[in-house]
Amino acid sequence: MTDLTKLTLKAAIDGLKARDFSSEEITKAFVANIDAANPTLNAYVTQTTDKALEMARASDAKLAKGEGGALEGAPLGIKDLFCTDGVQTTAGSNMLRGFVPPYESTVTANLWADGAVMLGKLNMDEFAMGSSNETSAFGSVVNPWKSKTSNADLTPGGSSGGSASAVAGDLCLAATASDTGGSIRQPAAFTGTVGIKPTYGRASRFGMVAFASSLDQAGPITKTVEDAAILLRSMCSFDVKDSTSLNVETPDWTQSLGKGVKGLRIGVPKEYVVDGMPAEIQKLWDQGVEWLKAAGAEIVEISLPHTKYALPAYYIVAPAEASSNLARYDGMRFGHRAEGTTSLTDLYETSRAEGFGKEVQRRLTIGAYVLSAGFYDAYYVRALKVRRRIAEDFDNVWGKVDAILTPSTPSAAFAIGDRQIDPLQMYLNDIFTVTANLAGLPGISVPAGLDAGGLPLGLQVIGKALDEATVFQVADVLEQSAGFTARPEKWW
Amino acid sequence: MAIDAATVRKVAHLARIKTSEDRLEPLAAELNGILSWIEQLNEVDVDGVEPMTSNVAQPLRLRDDVVTDGAKVDAVLSNAPKSADGFYVVPKVVE
Repeated sequence: MTDLTKLTLKAAIDGLKARDFSSEEITKAFVANIDAANPTLNAYVTQTTDKALEMARASDAKLAKGEGGALEGAPLGIKDLFCTDGVQTTAGSNMLRGFVPPYESTVTANLWADGAVMLGKLNMDEFAMGSSNETSAFGSVVNPWKSKTSNADLTPGGSSGGSASAVAGDLCLAATASDTGGSIRQPAAFTGTVGIKPTYGRASRFGMVAFASSLDQAGPITKTVEDAAILLRSMCSFDVKDSTSLNVETPDWTQSLGKGVKGLRIGVPKEYVVDGMPAEIQKLWDQGVEWLKAAGAEIVEISLPHTKYALPAYYIVAPAEASSNLARYDGMRFGHRAEGTTSLTDLYETSRAEGFGKEVQRRLTIGAYVLSAGFYDAYYVRALKVRRRIAEDFDNVWGKVDAILTPSTPSAAFAIGDRQIDPLQMYLNDIFTVTANLAGLPGISVPAGLDAGGLPLGLQVIGKALDEATVFQVADVLEQSAGFTARPEKWW
Repeated sequence: MAIDAATVRKVAHLARIKTSEDRLEPLAAELNGILSWIEQLNEVDVDGVEPMTSNVAQPLRLRDDVVTDGAKVDAVLSNAPKSADGFYVVPKVVE
C-alpha cells in the first residue's frame, strides 16, 4: 500500500472521497509519523491524537454516506496561535503554558466545518516573534532538510517553523500558519513547501493570538500550489468578530490553476537586489524570470523606491502594536502569575519577566520606547508615514504590472544557533517578505530550486489586494516550470 | 538619541518587565544597535504624508446594540490563576 502520509492534500481528499482509504487510516499513519519524528523534529507542541481519531471516525461516517465538506477527513496541523476550544494554546510562550481556550478561532472553526481532522498544535516562535523558531519556549524546531555539506541541524525558519517542518516531514497533509512579516513565506522557502499570506482582511483574526494586529494574517503551508488554493479557501471568510475582516466573496482559487501566464505583465523590482545576496538567489530569480517569459508573460522592470525602508519601519510598527497587544498579559485573568511578589506593580513586572522570553521582552521594550512621550512622533508616526510610502510604491506600479516576482528569502535555511548573536542579522530574513505585510498585499512562496548544498530556495509572487487569483496563476506556472520534486531524505 | 541604562530602566518599567540592574547595559547596547539602524527612516521625505494605520480602507462596522454573548462565568474564569465564587482573586491593591 502507498504511504498515505506522502499524499498531497488534494490527492488525500480525492482518495477519501473515493473511499480508497479511510480518514482513520490516514490519521493513524500521521500519528505514527509524529510519534516517531517529534522527539527529533519537535514540530508539535501538543498532539491531540484521541481527538484526531474521534474526528476521523466522524468523517468516515459522513464519507460513507457520500456526505462531507471540502476537507472531509483530511488530517491537518494547527499553528499554536490559533485558539482551539479545549486544547492548550500557547503561542510558543511560557506565558500561556497551560492556557486552554474556552472558544475556537474562526479560521480553525472554518476548517472543522469543512471536515478537517486536527492532529495537534504546531510549534512556533514565541508570540510569532522570530525567523528561526528558536525563540519558542518549547524548544527549537528542526528542519527535515539537511545540507549535503554539513550534518548540522537547520532551522525551518519562523515564526511558523513547526508548520513548515511538519508539512515537509510528512507529519500532516498541510498546516495553518500566520504571517506578520514573512512568517509563512520564509519557513515555506526554507522547507521546500508552498506558503501563502492572503490579502489583509481575507482571513479572520478572531481567536488568533495577536502579535501586530495591522499586519497579522493567517494562511496555509502546503506541499503544492493547488493544496494552498484549497486550504486557503477553507480558512478565509467574512467574520463580524474581526473589525478588519473584509466582506468579500472567497473565490475558488483552484480555478486559477492551469491558466498559464500568457499576456500577464510581471514586475521585477530592481530594489530587491540587496548587498551580500548569494549568487544562487540571483540565479534562481533570473531563472524564474526566464520561466515566466517562456510561458508567454511580459517582464517589466519596475521600481519600488522605498523598499529598503520597509524592515526598519516594520521594526517600529510591529513592536509598537505588540507592546499594546501584549499588555493583556498582566497575570490577572489568564496566563502566568508570579508568586511571592511585594506589590501590584512588582506582580505585573515579575510575571511578565518570568513569562516572556528574551526576544519578546526586547520587542516589547522597543515598542514601549517608540510609543513613549517625546519619541512617539519621531519614531512611531514617522514609521507609519513611511509605511504609506511603501504602500504607494505598489499602487504606482499596478497600472504597469499584474504581479511581482522576487526571491522569497535572502538565503537558504541556516543552522540552529547561527544567527542568535545579533538580532539585526535575524531581522534581515524578512527583507523580501515584509513589504507585502506593510501594504496588506497577498504573497506566496513557491519552491523553485536547490542551492549548492541541496537546500530548497523559494520564489515569491506578490499580487494586488484581493487578487490572489493572479498570484495563484503565476505560482502555478513557476511550480510547473521548476518541476520541484526534491524531498528531504529521512534521517530522523 | 543614544539610550543609556537609565532610559532602559524607565522603558522596561513602562513595558512592565522586571529587568535586573546587570541587564540594563547589555540591553541598552542592543537597543542602540536596533535604533541606529532604524534612524535611516529619517532619510525619507514624509512631508504631507498621512500616517498609515490600517490596510483596510473601510469604516469600522457598527453592529446592532443588542446582547449577543455572556453568562459564561465558568468559561471566562477557566484560565484564571486564582478565582473564587465567580470572581477573579487578585492581590490587595489598596491599603
